[in-house]
Formats: sequence, structure tokens, C-alpha cells
Amino acid sequence: MDNSLIEYWNTFGSYVPGLLYSCMIVMEIALLSIFLSWILGLFAALGKNSRLGVLRRPCEFYIWFMRGTPSLIHIFLIYFALPQFGLAFSPFVAGVIALSIGSGAYVAEVFRSGLSAIPRGQGESAQALGMGPVLTMRRIVLPQVVRIIVPSLTNEAINTLKNTSLLSTITVLELTLFTQMAIAATFRPFEFYIAAALLYLVMTTLLSQFANWHEKRYTLHI
Amino acid sequence: MESRPEESGETGDLLRLVDIRKSFGETEVLKGISLSVRHGEVIAIIGASGSGKSTLLRCVNLLETPSAGEIMFDGKPVDYRRHGATWKAAGAMKRLRTSIGMVFQSYNLWPHKTVLENVVEAPINVRRIPPADAISQGEALLESIGLAEKRNEYPSRLSGGQQQRVAIVRALAMDPKMMLFDEVTSALDPELVGEVLDLMTSLAQQGMTMLVVTHEMGFARHVSRRTAFFCDGEIAEIGPSRELLSHPRDERTGEFLSRVLHHL
Repeated sequence: MDNSLIEYWNTFGSYVPGLLYSCMIVMEIALLSIFLSWILGLFAALGKNSRLGVLRRPCEFYIWFMRGTPSLIHIFLIYFALPQFGLAFSPFVAGVIALSIGSGAYVAEVFRSGLSAIPRGQGESAQALGMGPVLTMRRIVLPQVVRIIVPSLTNEAINTLKNTSLLSTITVLELTLFTQMAIAATFRPFEFYIAAALLYLVMTTLLSQFANWHEKRYTLHI
Repeated sequence: MESRPEESGETGDLLRLVDIRKSFGETEVLKGISLSVRHGEVIAIIGASGSGKSTLLRCVNLLETPSAGEIMFDGKPVDYRRHGATWKAAGAMKRLRTSIGMVFQSYNLWPHKTVLENVVEAPINVRRIPPADAISQGEALLESIGLAEKRNEYPSRLSGGQQQRVAIVRALAMDPKMMLFDEVTSALDPELVGEVLDLMTSLAQQGMTMLVVTHEMGFARHVSRRTAFFCDGEIAEIGPSRELLSHPRDERTGEFLSRVLHHL
């Protein structure tokens, strides 16, 4: 009993700091990508809703292309294909770009559904008071949209966090790649994959708990 | 009683509309509306739904861009054709809208802001009034309609009548020269209509210039000096309210009134 515990510790203990560190990489990439996808998504949504073709058509194409193609292809396109045109990024940067543009397309559709849920009169009454389009969007429409779409944004954020594991294919030393390396050294796939799964679970749960807290705090009155 | 001349002089007009037209696609909703509103005058607009009453109001503050026609407000022509296209035009539109308050059928209070926040939002962010001043003005306005103690409530906690009165006060907080009312009592439960009409009546008595689209014939008769009857995108008849409502000249007005008043 004691011996086997010590044996376990000898096998796995030395990997604990590495596992935790690779979780930090996951969080770093995920939070950056989530933040960027919100900004991209917001502008793509406004663009797709625009009456101006020059704004609308590129946004439509972006959303259509990104939603219809696999994340892994986005990652490979950015990391392996763009250097062909002299655009080379580090694995980390390529990963953040790929995840944010991919998720941004989904976030755009989330924003659009939120925008369509706000009655037209909300913006009209602001405009009738002399508020311009930007002020109306920022002060009146978006705060209401955000409250509505928090659950969908959370879903998409969780997806983005999980998709960071795809970056193991372009040598980003995040949790999945670290796990694979640990398994290669120890031949203990079960323990390490379970450990990785649990660590992902902790991170996604933290994310959704944060969203729950935010939702409770800000959506009381709608 | 009606000793004032109906044909208003050029100088007394706060708002002058000349041959306003508006089409949505193939449908011409406004077929050339001309109307002058003098300082301090209250005009009621009645007519069947779809006759263009609301569209006209929305053309006045450019929530809709007219397809043709002239708008003069406070002695200046409104250049709506370039509305928002240039910074200058956007500024002109902002000035127009801050001078004209509008109240909607569905209140359109902002649900994520408290009553007081609703009232002070535009004064602070559009008129650039210092927040402390805007708040004390807003509280005074809420006090005047007996809703001061609701200032920190969210709109969803108020009755429809209270919400609509807050919406009126929100527009008044911009210190407008004119108010547009778009069927503001139509969404209210019958017992709540009175409090809103009372507020509008007291505004009229204080000399506010008002253009009121309404189905409240009592309000039209007793508060508005003139009433315009809209039919198919045109003013079929306009005249002193009592005269028009009691002895309509146009047979379409008579028909409409008999349909509306039939239920009383």
C-alpha cells in the first residue's frame, strides 16, 4: 500500500508542476481568444446587419466561411499556409489568431440573435432624444444584448477553451500536448488522460461559474 | 371662443410641413401633407390605423426620412436629405431631435436603467449637462408627476401609466420646444389612461407645442385647438377641434367618427 503510493508519486509527482503550467497556457490562450472573438464577433454582427453592401458582404462571407470549415483547418492555414506568403507567426500567436477568428464567427451570430431580440423602440427612443448611433448602441442596445446572450457567450467560450487542445498539433505546449509527452515517457495513458480531462473540467467549470455569477448580478431586472 | 384666425401667420409657426411625402417601396404612405403648428398650439391627429398618422410624426423628427417635401422647424429649414451623412448634418439632426420630444405607444423606457437613469441619460450624454444638475432636474420632474419615490426602481416595477408618464418626463428633461405623442395611451389599461391624459393636458396648459396622434376623442375635443383627420396618407380635413368633431365637413371624417364614437 505504502509502496504503491510512493511508486505513484514517483511516476506522476514530477509531472504536477508541468500539468499546472500547461493549464496556465490553456487559460492564457483561451482568455485572449475569447476576448478577441467578442470584439471580432461584435463588429462582424454589426457588419452583417448593415445596409451597406461593402460592410455586409465581407462579414457574411467571413461568418459563412468560418462556420463551415473545421477549426483544425483554420489552425493549419494560419500556422502552415500563411508562411508561404511570408506571414509567419509563432505557434502561440497563430493559435490565438485561429481560435479567435473561428470563434468570432459564432459570436457574431450570437450577437445578431441578441440584437434581434431588442425591440426596435429601444433604439428609437434613444435616437428621438438626440443620441447618435454609436451612443445608442453603447449605452442602450448593447448592455441589453449582453445580458441576453451571456449563456450563449459562455457556451462559445467553453468551446474555445476546449479547442485550445487542437493547438497541440502545432507544437503549442498546452495541456494536451504536455499530457501526450508525459504518456510517451511513462506509458500511463489512462492516468494522464483522466488527469487532463479533470483539469479541463475544472477550467470550463470555473468559466461557467463566472458567467453564472455575472448573469445573476446583472440580469435581475430584465 | 374660436376667435383666433386658423390661417397661421408665417412668424408664429414653430413647425411647418410642406407637401411631405413618404413611400415605403411601392406604397406611398404620405401623399403630400402640409401642416403648420404654431408656438404653443396643440394639434390632434386622428384617423384609421394605416392612414399615415404615425409616419408623419416620425418624419418630423427624422426617425423616418421623408421622400419629398419641406420641413421648417423654428424658422430654419431642416435638411433631411443628407441626414447623418456628414458630421454637420448629423449635428443638425441632433439639434432637431433634442428640440423635439417624442413619446411612443409602447413607452420604450430602457429596462436596464432605473427610472431616474432613464430620465437623465440624454441630458447628461447629449445635452452635456453636469450629472449633478441633470439629477436634481430629473428628480424635480419626477416629483412633479408624483413619482419621485420610484426614482431608483426599474421600469418593470411600474404600472403602464407610470411608465408612460416617466417616458413623457424623460422627453421633457431635454427641455424641448415641441412634443410629439404617438398614440401614447393605446397600450394602456383603460383605468390608467386618465393619469397620462391629465399630464398631457397640464403640459398643454403650460403652453407646450404638441402634435398628438390619438384615438382619445375627448382629449382631441377638449385639449387640442385644432384636429386633423388623416385618410389614406392625406389630411382629409383639418379645423377647430369642436367643429370638426361635432360637424365634420368631409363625409369620410363623419364615417370615421361614427365608427369610433359608436362604442361610447
